[in-house]
Amino acid sequence: MTITENKPSKIIGTRLLRREDPPLLTGEAKFTNDLNIPGALHLSVLRSPYAHAKIKSIDVSAALKIAGVVAVYTGKDLQTSWAAPMPCAWAVTTDMKNPAHYPLAIDKVCYVGDGVAAVLATNETASRDALDAIDVQYEPLKAVVDLEDSLSDKNVIHSDLGTNKSYTWPLLVEETPGCVEQAFKKAKYKIKERYVQQRLIPMAMEPRAIVAVPQPFGGDITLYSSTQIPHILKVMSAITLGIPEHQVRVVAPSVGGGFGSKLNVYAEELLCMALARKHNAPVRWVEERSENSQATIQGRGQIQHVELAADENGKITAVRVRIIGDMGAYLQLVTPGVPILGAFLYAGVYDIPKAYDFSCTSVFTNLTPTDAYRGAGRPEATYAIEMGIEALAREMKIDSFELRKRNYIKKEQFPYTAFSGLTYDSGDHLLAAEKAAKMTDLAGVRAQQKKQNVAGATKLLGVGMSSYFEMCGLAPSRVLASLNYSAGGWESATVRVLPTNKVQVITGTSPHGQGHETSWAMIAAEKLGVAPEDVDVLHSDTAISPLGLDTYGSRSLAVGGIAIALACDKVIEKAKLIAAHQLECASEDLQFENGTFSVKGSPDRALPLAAIAFGAFTAHNLPDGCEPNLEAQVSYDPPNFSWPFGTHMCVVEVDTETGAVEILKYIAVDDCGNQINPLIVEGQVHGGVVQGIAQALFEEAVYDMDGNLKTTTLAEYLVPAACDVPAITTAHTVTPSPTNQLGVKGIGEAGTIGAAPTVITAIIDALSSLGVKTMAMPASPQTVWKTINEATSGGKQ
Amino acid sequence: MIPAAFDYKRASSAAEAISLVSEFGSDAKFLAGGHSLLPLMKLRLAQPSMLIDIGRVKDLSYIKDVGDHIAIGALTRHMDVETSKVLLEHAPLLSHAAGHVGDAQVRHRGTIGGSIAHADPASDLPATTLALGATYVVQGPKGKREIAAANFYKGFLESDLAADEMLIEIRVPKMQGAGWSFQKFNRRAQDWAIVGVAAWRRKGEAGVALVNMGSTPILATSVSNAIAKGASISDAAAMASNEADPQNDLNASTVYRKHLASVLVRRALEAASK
Ligand SMILES: Cc1cc2nc3c(=O)[nH]c(=O)nc-3n(C[C@H](O)[C@H](O)[C@H](O)COP(=O)(O)OP(=O)(O)OC[C@H]3O[C@@H](n4cnc5c(N)ncnc54)[C@H](O)[C@@H]3O)c2cc1C
Repeated sequence: MTITENKPSKIIGTRLLRREDPPLLTGEAKFTNDLNIPGALHLSVLRSPYAHAKIKSIDVSAALKIAGVVAVYTGKDLQTSWAAPMPCAWAVTTDMKNPAHYPLAIDKVCYVGDGVAAVLATNETASRDALDAIDVQYEPLKAVVDLEDSLSDKNVIHSDLGTNKSYTWPLLVEETPGCVEQAFKKAKYKIKERYVQQRLIPMAMEPRAIVAVPQPFGGDITLYSSTQIPHILKVMSAITLGIPEHQVRVVAPSVGGGFGSKLNVYAEELLCMALARKHNAPVRWVEERSENSQATIQGRGQIQHVELAADENGKITAVRVRIIGDMGAYLQLVTPGVPILGAFLYAGVYDIPKAYDFSCTSVFTNLTPTDAYRGAGRPEATYAIEMGIEALAREMKIDSFELRKRNYIKKEQFPYTAFSGLTYDSGDHLLAAEKAAKMTDLAGVRAQQKKQNVAGATKLLGVGMSSYFEMCGLAPSRVLASLNYSAGGWESATVRVLPTNKVQVITGTSPHGQGHETSWAMIAAEKLGVAPEDVDVLHSDTAISPLGLDTYGSRSLAVGGIAIALACDKVIEKAKLIAAHQLECASEDLQFENGTFSVKGSPDRALPLAAIAFGAFTAHNLPDGCEPNLEAQVSYDPPNFSWPFGTHMCVVEVDTETGAVEILKYIAVDDCGNQINPLIVEGQVHGGVVQGIAQALFEEAVYDMDGNLKTTTLAEYLVPAACDVPAITTAHTVTPSPTNQLGVKGIGEAGTIGAAPTVITAIIDALSSLGVKTMAMPASPQTVWKTINEATSGGKQ
Repeated sequence: MIPAAFDYKRASSAAEAISLVSEFGSDAKFLAGGHSLLPLMKLRLAQPSMLIDIGRVKDLSYIKDVGDHIAIGALTRHMDVETSKVLLEHAPLLSHAAGHVGDAQVRHRGTIGGSIAHADPASDLPATTLALGATYVVQGPKGKREIAAANFYKGFLESDLAADEMLIEIRVPKMQGAGWSFQKFNRRAQDWAIVGVAAWRRKGEAGVALVNMGSTPILATSVSNAIAKGASISDAAAMASNEADPQNDLNASTVYRKHLASVLVRRALEAASK
């Protein structure tokens, strides 16, 4: 396929301001909890204070006496309301263990935050007060908190499963049987490392919020939810509740961030729907921040064992990876698939032979369920390989950038068929890395480091780097089939040119902060030769956009955006037939430029799209067999993932007396192919980098031995603010994707993937003269200080 | 995030506030800037049944030069303390510390009186006024009394204030050109200190108080005594935790806190000696 890389364009590639921002900044935008729905009942959920306990009894009588309380339900009361347990859409293996999971626990709670009872009241205060009045008797059981402990099956959480192990998913690729083992035997250099991906709590600015509104007659129900996935939610909620799918409409109003945490089907959504139907009244719920910490999915949660084998030149000859994945108490929508999304990326951006031995074993714990969080599996994988490369470079006593250069997949190798059989579409890792090194002034920083990091110095300088590849644009449906995912990866778009030449784009993507309305309008405007402001983008309402697979996995542009471009092509094709008919020429003789069809060679014989749109509407003069109206729908299934890449570098200064880390400089060079709107690309990189820095330095869901979350509020769970992160310098290389007509790749997760290893490798570099070789995340001052002490006292490292 | 139900009355003077609080007894609480009290209420960790709003008692918001000390009305907002010309000249340590409280929104709402009355060992202004040898003026049904900062703090969120007494004024001795430093160590710019140090130094004299190093703000008397006896800064700083009894939490173990205290006290005294 040829790509329109250098075609001059007026709209694509410009820094158009986001049309989403005025309503968001002025408060005009309506979030779910802003919807004023008269007569709505308020739902509150009583949550388990125990990580693992039997429910012996629940007494709701005092709660029912509170003025305003309408009803209180326990898990047993609602047992017959569910046609199926809550959905997990990704049975990664045929023998995967998946405990039945209902919106309210029935006789046993499995994590702190597990729903135990639901209160409906006429107002928020009464429903909140009622929670304090419900008396639950628990019989506490031993909580399983540690992954290795869980694996031992000493205490089995779901006794009907007989084990805490949910699945083992292997990916063994060998040129010849046993070649991985041989490579490790023969290796001149090898490393064996263990990394911990701490649990993270997604903290969208807008917490989850829901209103379920039963229609006055006919049995239809509308669910307003702060979700990333209105389409998936529609199907899944219909199945769980046993309602015909066509009777469910899901609307996602303005959604204030998700980062994967709203890529789910939650207990509260199902409770609101079930209770709205039972009471024939709207039911609403809004999450408190501490519920966000405990009852919204968490991210990461892995222990990674990584081994690399290399020859005398440092060329990697084999990769071996063993993962323990923390599923939490139950499997949510795609929980088991998260480590698998990273499984293909433990060789990173490096050219390795078919000697790859990956296996992930995932276990249940008495903790909040995990699921997709920005990057989902890929930040973890990138962290492991990039930290591994650094360890290998230390082992070989060579510069880690030099080691990377010896291993990068080379520009001329693209499209590159990887060990896994996947094809990496395009890339130029060296170019991006050298650009980052130049912008960092790597040589200058190294020289400064020599001067500054002398014996006895307490402010040590370090440089870190990470080169990443992201497998995104989820996803070719056939590949998803091979991974046992129970849906496809296509996206739908409808493009409609109205009689007055205004354009409606209807997309199946579901933006929640990414600026789709702006970018999609730019694509359609460029294609159709209209102004972006003449394009309206409709989305996130299954009544308006019935087909779609929503927004996650950096898929929206690379799949949904291409669907729009293709739908525009179809519209243009039809318009061309009409134009040819009206201009009395063959359609092959027509060209379409700047919104006008003209006969090649005689530019005065021309018709603007506006005239054709009106003509298609009046239908007075259409060619035989041509239907009225200018409209086309496309369902696009991508032929490949898209593979954005880049290199991030940063310079840190570590205060060895306090352990404080300051990032002095952060450089992100990302390549997402052609950019629709560079302003939006930079915004995505900034946000992503901050989330990666957050994992490296600040955030961790901390649990005690009994499974109690110690970081339930934003005073303990340290989401960094603008003043806590450095100025980020972004730059780009442009290597278009050859697999789609716009040459684009995703950018939503790139920053998150690149940042954590960049920061951690910089800290280790700064402290290398003290003998520090490893650093746990988050690298809090205390952790850094302890690690220095252990290294300098020759203690455990 | 939804507090338990409560009643609300607004007082327009200290006297009215005190008579209201006597009327409603121990379930009543003063509401000043609300930035310590309301978060506790939203988490239902505090459930007063009556709030007496003193936030609009205008005549208790002032900063005055009264000769040997500066008098600060209890309802003065952190932002006013931070930017006051009088304080910048005569007690710069206090205005600087006030600039480190939370973020701009917090500093526009929170009051110095609320911060001291709340007696949170992790707050910046209790320790700072302690280091400066301040005196607090409180008023109750029986009239006014003065309490030295050193005698005010009794335990975690506990002070010498009786339930029907209101803090009305903070008196800070002029610093007379002493060198000073405020060291606040935290992970995010807007957070409470993991450890904080407020220190001043004038030749052989020094005053040092510690933030978040025990159940109350801590006066590091061993350090000042050592300096008075001519000890080196680093020897004196090594005694930073002598009076402290720091807790263990997510951000810092007891050992690490003590270590931080000595590093920060050393840095503070070095800066104050310049
Ligand atoms: C996000 C955030 C960050 C913060 N960060 C910091 C920080 O970094 N450092 C720091 O020091 N503080 C911090 N604070 C606390 C802030 O400084 C508070 O404003 C202050 O501690 C309390 O003052 P207030 O006027 O808000 O008191 P309120 O919350 O109104 O009252 C606190 C308590 O004192 C009582 N009280 C108030 N005034 C009087 C009075 N005159 N007489 C008797 N009793 C009274 C009240 O009854 C209540 O019990 C932060 C607060 C928030 C919300």
